[in-house]
Amino acid sequence: MSKQALIWGAQGAAVLALAALPLPDFWITQLNYIGLYSLTCLGLVLLTGVAGLTSFGQAAFVGIGAYASGWFTLNMGLSPWLTLFIGLAFTTASALLVGGITLRMSGHYLPLATIAWALSLYYLMGNLDMLGKYDGLLGLPGLNVLGWDIGQGRGFFVLTWAMVLAAAAGLLFLLDSRAGRAMRSLRNGKLMAEAMGVNTLRYKIIIFVIAAQLASVSGWLFAHFQRSINPSPFGLKMGIEYLFMSVVGGIGHVWGALTGAILTKLMEDQLQVLLPKLIGTSGSYEVIVFGIVLVMMLKFLPDGIWSMVQRKLPRPQRVADWGQAPALAERSKPAKGELVLDVKAIRKQFGGLTAVNNISFQINAGQIVGLIGPNGAGKSTTFNLITGVLGLTSGDVVFRGDVVSGKPSREIAQRGMSRTFQHVKMIPDMTVLENVALGAHLRGSKGVVSAMTRTNQMEERQLFKEAQKQLERIGMGQYLHEQAGNLAMGPQRLMEIARALCSDPALLLLDEPAAGLRHKEKQSLGNVLRQLQAEGVSILLVEHDMELVMDVCDHLVVMEFGTLLTQGTPEQIQQDPKVRAAYLGTEH
Amino acid sequence: MDSTIVSILLLDGLTNGAVYALLGLATVLVFTVTRVIFIPQGEFVAYGALTLAVMQTGKVPGTVWLLLCMAVVAASMEAVSRWQHHRNLVAALQSAFKVLVLPAAIALVSVWAAPQMFPLEVQAILSAAIVTAFGPLVYRVAYQSLEDATPLVLLIVSVGVHFAMTGLGLLFFGAEGFRNPPFWELRLAVGPLNITGQAIITFICSLALIVLLWLFFERSLMGKALRATAVNRLGARLMGISSHSSGQLAFAMAALIGALSGLLIGPSTTVFYDSGFLIGLKGFVAAVVAGLSSYPGAMVGALFVGIVESFGSFWASAFKEVIVFTLILPILLWRSLQGGHSDEEH
Repeated sequence: MSKQALIWGAQGAAVLALAALPLPDFWITQLNYIGLYSLTCLGLVLLTGVAGLTSFGQAAFVGIGAYASGWFTLNMGLSPWLTLFIGLAFTTASALLVGGITLRMSGHYLPLATIAWALSLYYLMGNLDMLGKYDGLLGLPGLNVLGWDIGQGRGFFVLTWAMVLAAAAGLLFLLDSRAGRAMRSLRNGKLMAEAMGVNTLRYKIIIFVIAAQLASVSGWLFAHFQRSINPSPFGLKMGIEYLFMSVVGGIGHVWGALTGAILTKLMEDQLQVLLPKLIGTSGSYEVIVFGIVLVMMLKFLPDGIWSMVQRKLPRPQRVADWGQAPALAERSKPAKGELVLDVKAIRKQFGGLTAVNNISFQINAGQIVGLIGPNGAGKSTTFNLITGVLGLTSGDVVFRGDVVSGKPSREIAQRGMSRTFQHVKMIPDMTVLENVALGAHLRGSKGVVSAMTRTNQMEERQLFKEAQKQLERIGMGQYLHEQAGNLAMGPQRLMEIARALCSDPALLLLDEPAAGLRHKEKQSLGNVLRQLQAEGVSILLVEHDMELVMDVCDHLVVMEFGTLLTQGTPEQIQQDPKVRAAYLGTEH
Repeated sequence: MDSTIVSILLLDGLTNGAVYALLGLATVLVFTVTRVIFIPQGEFVAYGALTLAVMQTGKVPGTVWLLLCMAVVAASMEAVSRWQHHRNLVAALQSAFKVLVLPAAIALVSVWAAPQMFPLEVQAILSAAIVTAFGPLVYRVAYQSLEDATPLVLLIVSVGVHFAMTGLGLLFFGAEGFRNPPFWELRLAVGPLNITGQAIITFICSLALIVLLWLFFERSLMGKALRATAVNRLGARLMGISSHSSGQLAFAMAALIGALSGLLIGPSTTVFYDSGFLIGLKGFVAAVVAGLSSYPGAMVGALFVGIVESFGSFWASAFKEVIVFTLILPILLWRSLQGGHSDEEH
């Protein structure tokens, strides 16, 4: 780790040392602008590339940072180092407002709201007397570090790029942490993330606030770099340009933000000279090229320029340093035979359709209960009712003595119910180990700040130790550092089981774990289930594969057309004429 | 503020609101059929108004040349993708020709008609035709190959298209603004109100268009096909409804609505190459009121936006844009409290 830190430190110092080179001042100024853009784009990488949200209003947050600092330094005579935090406070408040309202809703409302937000803020800045209307604020002070005016050249370069590199490192640390894994799980819908106990709304708001704050810091630097501000660099067009930079550079990569900022700035400079010459009149024609390039990028290279560099770089394998870490605390488990899950007459109606009609059954600790029935019988709906994904029309679900029906799936997960999905839900660009560690989300507590400052390492080691333990428990020990997206179907399903086990569940719910598995894989799945049962885990299994079901289950619940057909031991079910009729039809 | 001012402001707001309603409808239409949040809707408005303005001067509007260029690009894309699929040169050229023929015909007619100084109505129809032809071409060039991308990617594409179309607008129309002559020089004094013929035309056109849209979606097979695509793209595709042609049709309708809106507002305000954006976005706020899904909702929302805007400009004219666009926040809050918008996995 320390060796890694040393390399990183050396690379960072090398960037900052550019200031000592005899570069022409013009290039230092360009690099300063690139640094300012990069800060904002880093926020967009987190927002769009990682969490799948987006904002066209980042320029507005840059503006808030700039104007807040400008106004308070000019009118109150405060030091810029103080107004930085005033700007951050304003930014955070407005991000909380916009995000708090829109992030509950489906994904496209945030970008829409940010467009409107950016426009209204632009016109507000341009029309308020106290902000100097469209002329803006003039005569802002420069920045001082320990009494030394860092100016607009090399001193400023060092400060800006130190901040850019710190932000980049902070983001890289964040993405490789408990909170970061939760954030990376947001992009594929909230179902899986919530089932792992991730408070998706909270993380989305946090991400939006972080992105806004990075923009605000960039605005603060900009204000004291230019020494004068007006609304035009904070309008919607610039907000869109920030997104453009990030998409071109590679929206999914931290270094993509920097790549994009560099390329865009250079391209813009060239185009602003070239295009008017070509066309014969002056005007901001570069937007035509920007627009076309943006569309082409999304069509042909959606992961951006950096993704091509990334492919060439070696993928460092995680160093297993968690051998000595203390194990995570485990919850008290129900004693064998104790009632774990009591489903009481649950019912779900979708309009006029009764998908689940008064189903009741029980699971005792150490039991494997199978929920079977023909297609469309309502098994998956029952599953979703128990796990809190869907709300009940009537009935109760009692888990370990507490009524859990009506609670969100996140809270149910917290009580020790963990599930897998009929269609595997994972984060394909994370390793198997990292995916499984997401399952232990609720067993950790370190948040964003400790992740960015790397004070979370003890907990991280504990989480990885647990993840490795669970993977080895189900015989996936050889896949730890494989990318999850590269796995075949069988190992993917096993990985989901390991992830569910990582949450230390009292009850494990498996939704068609054998679907799409080959014969050998099914056999090993059966062994895994029996082994888990022997270790005291209770399991509810929704499955179509009769061989597996009859082989491992202690008790079967049979559904048909939303109602309970019958329940009993596998032997009883196999003999039952009603079940045969449901599966095979009757003779007339 | 007395009742006179209120009635004047109301009338003003409703007239603008009628145009926003059209744009809101177009936004909802495009979004439900293609999941594209079509930011460049406003560019069609500006293109429509400016095309007519240039025709008024007896010159060939730049949009005609742009249309030809786009058609050539779209046709070559069509030919290439056909070739890649079937390796059949004749089929490839045929499909390219199909893409090319209508825009080329419209362009030829325009080049011939522009110097003839036809009456205003004929020029208006021609302008609408030119702009409408852009719709399917924009879809073909920018969106068609990304049909299965997430709404987020499509939205970013929209932003790219918006950039390109605004820049091209500047290139072809220049930076100066135009104001079109009114279609009907009527001025009716009803009490304190001064009703212009243009306002009446605006109302009638909006209403007629809305009724036509309703008829189209309720009564025609093509309209039903579009609705099917909106509900379930894969299902519609399995029923033989091509998502390509649904998308192109939706975009053609959006472009037509945009062009008509441009013709309607052209006489009452000076239109610049980039004016469409703000006008389109107000239609957008209206569509958001309707959750991007309901046509009557978008209409009510649009009238509301129009009225808020006219009262806003009376009370605090410098801040009218601030008021209109900040409006989206309480609207979204209201919608999110209403719930039912937690759709998963888009």
